[in-house]
Amino acid sequence: MLRTKSEVKSVAGTIYRDVNMIEEIHHHQGEKLPPATHHDQQVILEKNLTTYWQSNLRLLAKLLSVWFLVSFGCGIVLADWLDQFSFFGFKLGFWFAQQGAIYAFVALIFIYSWRMKTLERKFGVDDDEENS
Amino acid sequence: MTTQILTYLFVGASFILYIGIAIWSRAGSTKDFYVAGGGVHPVMNGMATAADWMSAASFISMAGIISFMGRDGSVYLMGWTGGYVLLALLLAPYLRKFGRFTVPDFIGERYYSKGARIVAVICLIFISFTYVAGQMRGVGIVFSRYLEIEVTTGVIIGMAVVFMYAVLGGMKGITYTQVAQYCVLIFAYMVPAIFISIMITDNPIPQLGFGSEVNDGSGLSVLQKLDGVLMDLGFNAYTAGTKSTIDVFAITAALMFGTAGLPHVLVRFFTVPKVSDARLSAGYALVFIAILYTTAPAVASFARLNLVDTVHNSSYEQAPQWFSNWEQTGLVGWEDKNDDGIMHYSAGSDNEVTVDRDIMVLANPEIANLAGWVIALVAAGGVAAALSTAAGLLLVISSAISHDVLKQTLMPNISEKQELFFARLAAAVAVCVAGLFGIYPPAFVAQVVAFAFGLAAASLFPALVLGIFYKPMNKEGAITGMLVGLIFTFSYIVYFKFVSPQLNTAEHWLFGISPEGIGFIGMLLNIMCALGISKITNPPPLEVQNLVDDIRIPAGAGIAHQH
Repeated sequence: MLRTKSEVKSVAGTIYRDVNMIEEIHHHQGEKLPPATHHDQQVILEKNLTTYWQSNLRLLAKLLSVWFLVSFGCGIVLADWLDQFSFFGFKLGFWFAQQGAIYAFVALIFIYSWRMKTLERKFGVDDDEENS
Repeated sequence: MTTQILTYLFVGASFILYIGIAIWSRAGSTKDFYVAGGGVHPVMNGMATAADWMSAASFISMAGIISFMGRDGSVYLMGWTGGYVLLALLLAPYLRKFGRFTVPDFIGERYYSKGARIVAVICLIFISFTYVAGQMRGVGIVFSRYLEIEVTTGVIIGMAVVFMYAVLGGMKGITYTQVAQYCVLIFAYMVPAIFISIMITDNPIPQLGFGSEVNDGSGLSVLQKLDGVLMDLGFNAYTAGTKSTIDVFAITAALMFGTAGLPHVLVRFFTVPKVSDARLSAGYALVFIAILYTTAPAVASFARLNLVDTVHNSSYEQAPQWFSNWEQTGLVGWEDKNDDGIMHYSAGSDNEVTVDRDIMVLANPEIANLAGWVIALVAAGGVAAALSTAAGLLLVISSAISHDVLKQTLMPNISEKQELFFARLAAAVAVCVAGLFGIYPPAFVAQVVAFAFGLAAASLFPALVLGIFYKPMNKEGAITGMLVGLIFTFSYIVYFKFVSPQLNTAEHWLFGISPEGIGFIGMLLNIMCALGISKITNPPPLEVQNLVDDIRIPAGAGIAHQH
């Protein structure tokens, strides 16, 4: 219980520090924040950041399942069974282990990169404006 | 011009290029020295990471290892690339947001303890030194094989070049030389691979070539033919594995998690301007790595097939020129056991031909009858691969000493200028120690390099991931976890490799997992201990929990970096 409480507090702490910055970004993008008291703003932002983090975790779970499936699944555990299929002249399990898994890894990173960018813009936590 | 002169020219020109870049990109501050000023473009950083990552072992030995292991070699292909997914998804963006200089920096701050920082430094130095010794040796071997000079002289020349750009330029110098080194090494790898693919299958793309038909009219694909000829000679089929599934699983996992925990790779993601750049940069790095890693298995199968075709059952008198060339170096050998003047290659005791795995890449240009300049290019590529990795490793060692041990622990009052001086001094000392390892290789080095991954997986990786994704993780949990993982993995390896090597067989292994894969179990133990201990001890202080919240949000990385 205590731990959860302190977690909530810490989120609030971060938000308190970030409020000005996030406001600036919204202002910059020409969006109008609804009139709100300082406390309301904190609660809204806190909720936002929690949702942002949970969406990130959900995305991670999906992508890491694919990561596991193509390498440990198709390349190792299911490989012997997949070998009965032929793919561009390769036994399929062998192809996954020596080629396919690697292509999938590359794709996964770019998909993550692209999805996170979208997610961060949606929640206003992106780093678009701050290239120093 | 002879091949020898061409090789001198190519290697010499590449050295002049690296030193030129080093002078142009001297480090002016500790930030330049540790993280290249934090302004490296993601594509550039991707190339530098790829060069950092691909060592002499990747360039020279990997295709050969796969060539002889066949399907079992897949553990290296998946293991050394899959780690980048973990890096991009679980570590790189958060470490970049944290925005300090070294990996122990993160462990020390996140676990609010000098003890944790020092444990991380010990893991880092242990992992990096076992790794760097092999690199210097690699430089020496390339020199001796292609330029016919002593290994020792080769190592000293290599040390001098690394000294120039690592000590002068720090991370900044290393980053831009690594970009150049990547270009040299990938070109040097691909040219012979494409030609040998055309030679055997008429397909110019090696990745497709080793699934295509052999152009000898047999109608068989490369892999089918290879399976057939190897089985005729008494070997296992190339596309069938011999290791148990659980061992393959564990080794692949240890290599993947280890890759994501290697300090010299992690630190590369501190050098890009933004959090989103860190993610993107890991993607580019893997693209550049995948070009070589998807080509290597193709080269492996072509080379093995070619070896059997040209050597087996041919008379020694008519052996191809490359065979006698490389016989002088001791990398291939023939012993006429039955005095018939014919070379027999087989898995049994009547085998007359010995082949070193490194030959598969080194002799490739000659096997494919390519011109002298391609051979010279491969020499320059091998040197580039070894130097770039050595420099990256030396940098993390020197910054761990000057930043984590001196500035953050023992001598907190030194000025930035003094810290920079100590960083250069530490780099200089590390270069010399690595050089000594290269000249007088301790017998255990070759065996231990592969275990650096297991140790990284069992020690640093869980501490980093839990620090980001599990806020209640505290210093007691993390330190216990790291120590348990490190000591367990280290003892298991030492026991089976050095104390009782005669017991190093599957029936004595824990769950049938070989010492190569035990890092995976070490990692699980680490996580379990860390979680258990953190439940029964005090949660981390509020400011640390705030730090965790802060690194989870990409915005503000530029600002955090300024102090």
